[in-house]
Amino acid sequence: MTATEMVRADNVHKSFGSLEVLKGIDLVVKPGEVCCVLGPSGSGKSTFLRCINHLEKINAGRILVDGELVGYRERGGKLHELGEKDVAKQRRSIGMVFQRFNLFPHMTVLDNVMEAPCRVKRESKAEVRDRSLSLLERVGLGEKVGNYPGQLSGGQQQRVAIARALAMRPKLMLFDEPTSALDPELVGEVLDVMKGLAQDGMTMVVVTHEIGFAREVGDKLIFMDGGVVVEQGTPRDVITNPQHERTRAFLSKVL
Amino acid sequence: MRHPARWVGLGVIAILVAMFVHLLVTNDRFRWSFIFLEYQDGKRGVMFTEPVLNGLRGTILLTISSMAIGIGLGIVIAIMRLSENRILSSVAFVYTWFFRAVPRLVLAVLFGNLNILWERIGFGLPFGTQIGKLFGLDGFDGQFYSIKASDLLAGFVAGMLALGLSEAAYMAEIVRAGIQSIDEGQSEAAVALGMSRGQVLRRVVLPQAMRVIVPPTGNEIIAMVKDTSLVAFVPVTFELWFQLQQVSARTFVVLPVIVAALIWYLILCTVLMVAQFFVERHFGKGYGAAAKARQRLRDIQVEQGGRITGVGEGP
Repeated sequence: MTATEMVRADNVHKSFGSLEVLKGIDLVVKPGEVCCVLGPSGSGKSTFLRCINHLEKINAGRILVDGELVGYRERGGKLHELGEKDVAKQRRSIGMVFQRFNLFPHMTVLDNVMEAPCRVKRESKAEVRDRSLSLLERVGLGEKVGNYPGQLSGGQQQRVAIARALAMRPKLMLFDEPTSALDPELVGEVLDVMKGLAQDGMTMVVVTHEIGFAREVGDKLIFMDGGVVVEQGTPRDVITNPQHERTRAFLSKVL
Repeated sequence: MRHPARWVGLGVIAILVAMFVHLLVTNDRFRWSFIFLEYQDGKRGVMFTEPVLNGLRGTILLTISSMAIGIGLGIVIAIMRLSENRILSSVAFVYTWFFRAVPRLVLAVLFGNLNILWERIGFGLPFGTQIGKLFGLDGFDGQFYSIKASDLLAGFVAGMLALGLSEAAYMAEIVRAGIQSIDEGQSEAAVALGMSRGQVLRRVVLPQAMRVIVPPTGNEIIAMVKDTSLVAFVPVTFELWFQLQQVSARTFVVLPVIVAALIWYLILCTVLMVAQFFVERHFGKGYGAAAKARQRLRDIQVEQGGRITGVGEGP
């Protein structure tokens, strides 16, 4: 079943203790869309992204991915949190790329990519191997399959991380500031891989500071500040013609 | 000469070494032939007599079995300690508190005498006899299987339990430190890929934690080889130091026997240190020279006030 909405967030609230980080987020991302999330640090954009695959538990509201409630089951009008196994099953189809790559340093590049399909989905090793090699080829790291992450540059590590997420054949990819930890000259190679993904029709939610990427690749842009969505629309509209003072202030600083 | 002090130091050391060798070679009270060749007419040197070799076997067996208990249970307790479940973590805390607080020697004696508490040890219903009385059954004891306590909890088993349970407390702390040293991003990435909690631990966290866990564990094993001599107080006779003491008591030869023990302990620990080297190399995969060099470069940059690359700040 393919829903007409890949991601749907309704009135999502999240607090850490007494600190309310998300104050009612609504969002719809359609299949094949690339949604970029912009905002100053502390605006809750990363937290929101982490709610989409239930790395953070939400306090109120609901999130649906491909028509399925994430992290909860609805029974008799009430939400019950899913067990660990069921959440894990949902996460298989949601890829995530982190700011700090988080590759497994004790495994080779190839093993990093093969780990989840082999262990989690229990697919045949030979098949996973072929697929992983072609994925690594696609992100331009066909030469590095036997290396350990510690021997790669940041940009190369991040591309491996993307390949690792793709190896699970996700229907949705989440990117949490994928280029923020990179040296400036390495940002381009990662963004290129992400552009390729977008062209292939992958649905993506990207938290980023790369305005250029958002403008060029994004189908949709939301600007968050203080735990709310301040403004959303097509990237061109929001960037060239921001309606809100806060958006304008933020853009004037980063552009 | 460019470094006169260095040469003076070298000279002093050379003289000390020569004096030590001279002592070993010329002082016949070491009685090397007693140690290596023949301690009584027609018998082998004291290091290699049958009872001493048996004792050596006992020491090795005791080290292996109590370390197996220590490491296995230690991992379980460390995981319990880190659990979000308050009951599990407090049980783990109390366990480590108790077994770290009691000296091993006291534990060994205690376990040797625990069978005073029970006639028989077995599996059954708690309060079995009392429940039986409640229903008017006099002979009922609710036991499924039991053996005589003095058979089970004496000698080797008691010593093994005393050392193993105490070791588990120390290993738990070592494993906990190892697990906590791993960046949270690692388990986050694993969880995001759909791994279960068990898989995250087995495949991602523990293998990396091993790098931190192995060196202190090597320490623990080496300490255990030596602590096995404590079980003489259980009492366990199947052990190296006890057996050598027996020889000493029989022959009235003291120093050479001690030297023999010393040599055996040196050999055992040398073997273990070699093993540790290879284990460390195995778990150091991915942290090779290149990665190390890069880390060093980064450290230098930081020292010089440069920026840290590859380490971003959280939101």
